Amino acid sequence: MSEKELVLNEEVVSEELTDDMFELLDDSEKNSEFIAIESKTFARDAWDRFKKNKLALAGLIFLVIMVLCAIFIPIFSPYTFEGQDMMNRHALPSLAHPFGTDKLGRDILVRVMYGARISLSIGFITAFINLVIGIIYGGVSGYVGGKLDMIMMRIIDVIYAVPSLLYVVLILMIFGNSIGSMILAICLTSWIQMARQVRTQVMSLKEMEFALAAKVIGASNWRILLKHLIVNALGPIIVCLTMMVPSAIFTESFLSFVGVGLDPTIPSWGKLANDCRAVIWTDPIEIIWPVAAICLTILSLNFVGDGIGEALENKR
Amino acid sequence: MIKYVIKRILIGCLTLFILATITFFGVHAMPGDPFSQDNRILTPEAYAALEAKYGLDKPIEEQFVIYLSNALKGDFGEAISKPGQQVSDIIMHRFPVTAKLGIVAFAIAVGVGLALGIISALTKHRWVNSLITALATAGVSIPGFLFAMFMMIIFCVKLGVLPVMGLSTPKHYILPAIALALSSISMITRLTRSSLKDVMNKDYITLARSKGTKELMVIIKHGLKNALLPVITYCGPMFAGLITGSMVIETLFSIPGIGAEFTMSITNRDYTLVMGLTLFFGILVIIMNLVSDIVAAMVDPRIKLGK
Repeated sequence: MSEKELVLNEEVVSEELTDDMFELLDDSEKNSEFIAIESKTFARDAWDRFKKNKLALAGLIFLVIMVLCAIFIPIFSPYTFEGQDMMNRHALPSLAHPFGTDKLGRDILVRVMYGARISLSIGFITAFINLVIGIIYGGVSGYVGGKLDMIMMRIIDVIYAVPSLLYVVLILMIFGNSIGSMILAICLTSWIQMARQVRTQVMSLKEMEFALAAKVIGASNWRILLKHLIVNALGPIIVCLTMMVPSAIFTESFLSFVGVGLDPTIPSWGKLANDCRAVIWTDPIEIIWPVAAICLTILSLNFVGDGIGEALENKR
Repeated sequence: MIKYVIKRILIGCLTLFILATITFFGVHAMPGDPFSQDNRILTPEAYAALEAKYGLDKPIEEQFVIYLSNALKGDFGEAISKPGQQVSDIIMHRFPVTAKLGIVAFAIAVGVGLALGIISALTKHRWVNSLITALATAGVSIPGFLFAMFMMIIFCVKLGVLPVMGLSTPKHYILPAIALALSSISMITRLTRSSLKDVMNKDYITLARSKGTKELMVIIKHGLKNALLPVITYCGPMFAGLITGSMVIETLFSIPGIGAEFTMSITNRDYTLVMGLTLFFGILVIIMNLVSDIVAAMVDPRIKLGK
């Protein structure tokens, strides 16, 4: 209490106190120590901020619907992705075929949803593999530092200097056009981004006191790296991870569209768009579905990525 | 500076060597061979003769050494799928087409990107800003080749105002160049916007204004000059993007450029052409990255190369 306030208090006390100078506290004010806002975890806090970002929320909802459709529509639809109906070619959208049919009378809705299974799994699996490789490579490089770091970064420079698509195309040629080799090809080139991100984070975090404290207690290097450094760098890592999914989907559709990607019998989105290319003069409506699927999915993933980035950064 | 450039060139050479090694052994490990395309059936003698002609009968390590020593002399061999044509001739013949389209796309990307970025950084109207931001996000997300197809449907199929194939008149450049530039436009818009916004809040801008400099001069001489750095550094990666983009845009618009040639050579299993084009792309991208880094260092003396 400052001096002035003390003086004021004395003046008040010196007056005679009467009962009417006091009034009863309202019940609601009695429990001033009570915390009205429930305590939130970090994840809950980030989720609340994420929800406020309308675009990101819309993107997330679209993705959830997309995933559900990709899983269930091919199961419950009376058509299969390769079932032909030659009497019903290039049909316009109708109740029986909500997206219409293609040049062989195949139901486009089922084909697009089948494509969603392929594209989304390629996107998420590559992102996950990149996460693992990136954490190990970038973590070791950033944590150990010195000569090893320099060598590991030079290796990255060498790989990074060439457009990744060249490598992807080569790997596809060597290992064939299956989904597995597509995932391998995309992974081999895109882990670099993650490794760089992890390295930068680890390099700055390892100087912090908590890392030193863990070392003093006698934690092993791997434990410090994984349990202390990586966990604290999770924010930027998650953002980087969400941005990898759309870029993998893009690469796949790009290659399949040009005709050097997946096996032509696999109805991936790029292949579907390529099929429609031949008929844009006669049936331009057919191309809308695969194109919209690719664009909206990539757009949603980008929005979600931005949203997560903002939600996590606010905390820092 | 010179030390840095030499170091970068050495790393570039190492990169090219590794790229050449991977490509060479990769291409030869591909299933299928260049002679059995088009369902031709060859007698064993003819097959052996063809293999001998292209030196494919020797052990693969020996082929590799021969290829490298020839490539160093500038001889990339003869394209297998196009008898009688040298790979270097094909590159010389096709590259100008791609380069012209690429330069137009580059100009569009820089021009439109800078304009949109400047407008969005300086505008007082919130809706202009949000419109440009939304456009930029969409431009990054929508793959250029799909955008190109949409444009094709609207302008060629429905309206019939623009041509679909080839590059014979200036009109032919409009769609492919815009499609090729799409993602770069968005990236440059974003970069310019954020860096210009940053710069315009600096003290030296206030100083320039208080000295009575015209607003336009403040923006150009004091603002843009300092805000351009990220855009210049982005030009290297953008170049790589234009090259990969050209593969699909050229195929789509039937443009006889080097990108379309690359996709064709893969389908044809043309060993020498794939090798030659991959190395050519590699060299181009490495040089452009180096150039954009050096230009950035020349524009901004604060950048110490090699740090």
